[in-house]
Amino acid sequence: MIQGQRGAAPRSTTRREPGLGRAQGSLDSEQTRHLEQLLSAKEVVVACGPGGVGKTTISAALAATAAARLGGRVLVLTVDPARRLADALGVGGLGNVARRVPLEAFTDAGVRPKGELSAAMLDMGESWDSLVRRHAPDPVTAKQILVNPLYRNITRRFAQGHDYIAMERLYELHEQGEYDLLIVDTPPSLNALDLLDAPGRMAEFFSSRLLRWLIVPYRSRLVNLASRPFYQVADRILGSLFLEDLAGFFILFQTMRDGFVARAEAVSRLLRDVRTTFVVVTTLEAVPAVDAEQLIESLRERHLHLGLLVCNKVLPHSFSDPPIGRTAESLGQRAGELAELLASHLPPDQGTSDRPSGDVVARVLEEVARSFANFRLVATREAELLRSLSAAHEVTATVPYHPGHVTDLRGLLDVGAKIWGDEEAAPPGVRGSRSPRRASGDPSAATPRRRTTVRSTDSPAPSREPAPDAGP
Amino acid sequence: MPELLAHQLLFVTGKGGVGKTTVAAAIALLASEHGRRTLICEVEPKGDLARAYECGPTPFGGRRVSDDLVAMSMDTEAALREYLRTVAKVPTIGRIGPVARAFDFVATAAPGIREILTVGKLCFEVRAGHYDLVVVDASSTGNVVGQLAAPTGINELIRVGVVRSQTDWILEILGDPARTGAVLVTTPEEMPVTEAVDLASRLSSETPVHLACVVANRVLPELFSHSEEQIFNELFRPAKLGLVARELGTSREVVEDVLGAARLAVTVRRDGVAHLERLRAGIASEVPLLYLPYLFARSHGLRAVRQVAHALSEELFT
Repeated sequence: MIQGQRGAAPRSTTRREPGLGRAQGSLDSEQTRHLEQLLSAKEVVVACGPGGVGKTTISAALAATAAARLGGRVLVLTVDPARRLADALGVGGLGNVARRVPLEAFTDAGVRPKGELSAAMLDMGESWDSLVRRHAPDPVTAKQILVNPLYRNITRRFAQGHDYIAMERLYELHEQGEYDLLIVDTPPSLNALDLLDAPGRMAEFFSSRLLRWLIVPYRSRLVNLASRPFYQVADRILGSLFLEDLAGFFILFQTMRDGFVARAEAVSRLLRDVRTTFVVVTTLEAVPAVDAEQLIESLRERHLHLGLLVCNKVLPHSFSDPPIGRTAESLGQRAGELAELLASHLPPDQGTSDRPSGDVVARVLEEVARSFANFRLVATREAELLRSLSAAHEVTATVPYHPGHVTDLRGLLDVGAKIWGDEEAAPPGVRGSRSPRRASGDPSAATPRRRTTVRSTDSPAPSREPAPDAGP
Repeated sequence: MPELLAHQLLFVTGKGGVGKTTVAAAIALLASEHGRRTLICEVEPKGDLARAYECGPTPFGGRRVSDDLVAMSMDTEAALREYLRTVAKVPTIGRIGPVARAFDFVATAAPGIREILTVGKLCFEVRAGHYDLVVVDASSTGNVVGQLAAPTGINELIRVGVVRSQTDWILEILGDPARTGAVLVTTPEEMPVTEAVDLASRLSSETPVHLACVVANRVLPELFSHSEEQIFNELFRPAKLGLVARELGTSREVVEDVLGAARLAVTVRRDGVAHLERLRAGIASEVPLLYLPYLFARSHGLRAVRQVAHALSEELFT
């Protein structure tokens, strides 16, 4: 068996050692341990979640970091509609064929990776075509199907097929056994359930009585009593010529039935396999969070393994820190008086060479206070959503909001470090959490301000060890 | 009456997560408040509309939200039944047991059937004249082109039959820029803008529907003028941080965290402005671009819809 030759064995010996790309002074947190165990034990990771939350970036970051720290051969299979990931990974145009990310991309990012990273992009049309070529009884039939306008219409234009093809491609790569870890970034689904049910629906489609109803009469010209009303309706709506075209196409398609059904069932089994885990990615905004919650629920109903919940683009903790909030308030209230003190210390305006007036400085301070209050509102909402989401699941990683976007491997590894639960590096301009003893005398400041929340079954309480002081 | 609200059929679309439903709900609310009898229809029946108006379920048959506003959710099977009963006059409808399955099958097999039933139902409401304006909370980026292109596609695929004979008047409604328009919603971020630019060009090349306007949602306000920003940057110097910290009885780091919120807002806004410039350059210059502010206070529900409607009316009426 192919799978027997692969698996976690080579990596399990290394999984607790910090990788070379590790941030200085980080601790081996609960989060890190969980994630490294998870990725060492699994062969397939399916990243899913609502659209627009950064699934592609999170998938790539997980893959890059796994390759750097855990070793083995890692492949990220992505839909990457913006083609940005290909640039970030330095592999040029991505296609259905996997490309190895050059070692220099890692060394340029200051990391000596333990393993290898490859990336491939999901080409929907190409994947369907290769599926047809594989399952058609002979090359002539394959060609007939491939040039059929209905076939092209179905596979190119309609989103329903995309979920299936993503899972199918994943299965194929897993079967080939070239990689130790496959991370797949799924297409944004109309409905999260579509993805999970896609293989089942494909099998059902070929087994349906309706398909037989449609095909049989065009073979035998005999319409049985049961299917007659269906024909009356279908003829009336679609016209019999179209129906005939359709039947012609499905007679061809039917030749691939056995292969397709067996394949769809195998894909379905892989998703349920113990070697497969799901990562739900979301942001802490109301609508995506609701979608994520439903997705978690449907994973549970289907007995699929949810390994990790990643909350992306989360505001820094400082916004929900009470002493900082009080300081923001008094800054606003005492803006006038502080402005008088500051004004004389400020250099003249570069354009007008005028010294700033107290009024202008006061306005700046008020704006700062107002801005803080605005973001604090959002942060409070996020905290509430995070609480309810992470209550539903054992391990939650949060990735802080980062202005701009990830443009290179270094950026992906930084995101990966956040998922891993490393001590954070604050984005420019946003001083994130720091050691509590430096914050203030407030007793509530003794709570470690970590951005990662760890709820594992091993230790129900959040990890309390303070993060090391990162220095000024 | 602003041009936008004078349309009869508006398809509101955009990438998932940009606030498409809220904007659609706000347009419908605003139109109804200006005396337009308005129907709003959610094409993907996920209950987003019910959440936006906090009005309870919005069935295919419609739910009255206010005097001039009715909300409904698309149900292609119900649309088919309605169509068979009222237009195609299929007599045996009651006796067809597995209509649902037959429909499911045909819809799976025949591409575009689901789409044309959706678009057909919406155009039917326009033609029937029960409403002055039909606002559609349409599918997101990937699917909306398929929906709006379906009537043309069906014309090519199906040569005879009832559907074929219906597509002519559907295309006539869709193709009339005075009656039908698309509203493209986006946010000042990379992917949403990229997809919006892409969708704008696909709408014009693949569908008969013209682009009525582009809405940039969640635009952050400008915090500082140029000279104010110089002052703001000066505040990060240790001496100034120290001074403020002393006065407020706290540490420099805490003051820096407070200032950090404003810096985050400045950075995010600056990134956003670059994306908005890309958006403006990427869509035809005659297409209006409307800006809606980021709502810090509440991100969903009726209050958010009202706030967006208010901001929208300021953009439309001034």
